[in-house]
Amino acid sequence: MSNHLKNIIRFLLFILVQVFVLNKVPPLHQFIVPYLYFLFLLWLPFSTPRLFLLGIGFVFGLSLDFFTGTPGLHAAPCTLIAYVRPFVLNILIPKETAEIGYTEPSLKSMGFAPYALYISLFTFIHHGYLVLIEWMQFGDILFFLGKVMGTTAVSLLLIAVTEMLLFRKGKFRTNAA
Amino acid sequence: MKNIFLFIRNYFTLLCFVVLQITSMVMLSKSSDAHDAFFSNAINEVTGKINKQYNGFYEYFSLKEVNRQLVAENAALKNKLNNYIIAPDSTQRLVVDSTVTDTIGRYRKFTFLPATVIGNNITLQNNFLTLERGSLQGVKKGMSVISPQGIVGSVIDVSDNMCRVMSVLHRSSKVSAMLKKDNNAGSIEWDGENPEYLTLKNIPKSAKITIGDTVVTSNYSANFPAYIPVGTIAGKTADPASNFYTLKVKTATNFASVQQVYLIKNVRFAEQTAIEAKVMKINE
Repeated sequence: MSNHLKNIIRFLLFILVQVFVLNKVPPLHQFIVPYLYFLFLLWLPFSTPRLFLLGIGFVFGLSLDFFTGTPGLHAAPCTLIAYVRPFVLNILIPKETAEIGYTEPSLKSMGFAPYALYISLFTFIHHGYLVLIEWMQFGDILFFLGKVMGTTAVSLLLIAVTEMLLFRKGKFRTNAA
Repeated sequence: MKNIFLFIRNYFTLLCFVVLQITSMVMLSKSSDAHDAFFSNAINEVTGKINKQYNGFYEYFSLKEVNRQLVAENAALKNKLNNYIIAPDSTQRLVVDSTVTDTIGRYRKFTFLPATVIGNNITLQNNFLTLERGSLQGVKKGMSVISPQGIVGSVIDVSDNMCRVMSVLHRSSKVSAMLKKDNNAGSIEWDGENPEYLTLKNIPKSAKITIGDTVVTSNYSANFPAYIPVGTIAGKTADPASNFYTLKVKTATNFASVQQVYLIKNVRFAEQTAIEAKVMKINE
């Protein structure tokens, strides 16, 4: 399966799972909202051009917004992730691995510690920004922190489960593809 | 001039990022008041179709609950039928008027239209429902929506066959409501925290409130008929700075399982909102 096709299918799957499974989970607590969809952006190949990545991030967030009826709410954090991602990846992976290495970020291609840092950093950025916009007037600092922390914890748990369920064999970048 | 071009070329990605951020913020701030500006018919129809497919499956899981609600409502309606009332004696005659307009000039102010819920959300800060009824079936913006148990929200966007409803679980939703026992009116809002509880504001401290009192819609609302259940009082706090209570209200409607709703049309909705808007303008 070509890389593009795989990513298009992932795009649709992540949106549908978020809208029809995770958003339907009855709220256990006011702090806990299960978010997983942004993992799609974190899994995009290393070689995606930066402008293209920005575009994908915006469109991806917006398509989730069409379902939830809040145009722009998820698009903004997704664009932020897409913008910051190349900088963080540059810091986290040694130059030589990036040159000859794998196609996309995964446990195998980056190693456990850098990958865990990469995932948790972006989960935190995403939720922090999302809750900030959603709550807009930044009223109660405790509520804000609680919600960001709670949501981040649940998301990290979900991502860990996803990584275990869908173990991605790190594919080497070849000239043939 | 050359420097400007150089600057733009060097920071093109950053500029794009900033533009996209601003776009999302503008869309977000516009969406609450002028919803239709961005949500064009086309997008509504597409997401509506997908929602409908999903709901086709989901409906099976809540059939039992929907049945229970319908039976309860049927029973309540049957109790109201005049057939079951026996006149005490033959000197009094019970006359039932079934025409829309009768000779004394009474008219039917509210008409009901049943609709199926095909999209629903309760986990966000701003929640919407999608119903499978649109302008072709006579749905208009501003019509109110109730479930067999109580109020649900009001219509904010209509396409040909679907409409989008702002649930009362929306941070900018506001509905006029009153205590059933003494008609003290206030407004129902949502603080965005727990979908099982709403907030009732502006009830004067002179009102005697006990936990468990019923809250219903008031007769001041333009789109909701009076005496539709809103919920029961679950807690009260007296605001020391003002003369009003802030009350916690347990919702009558179970928003997690709402499947069948009624759209209510007020024949004089346009007239009432127009005259109220006029007065607002004078006040400014």
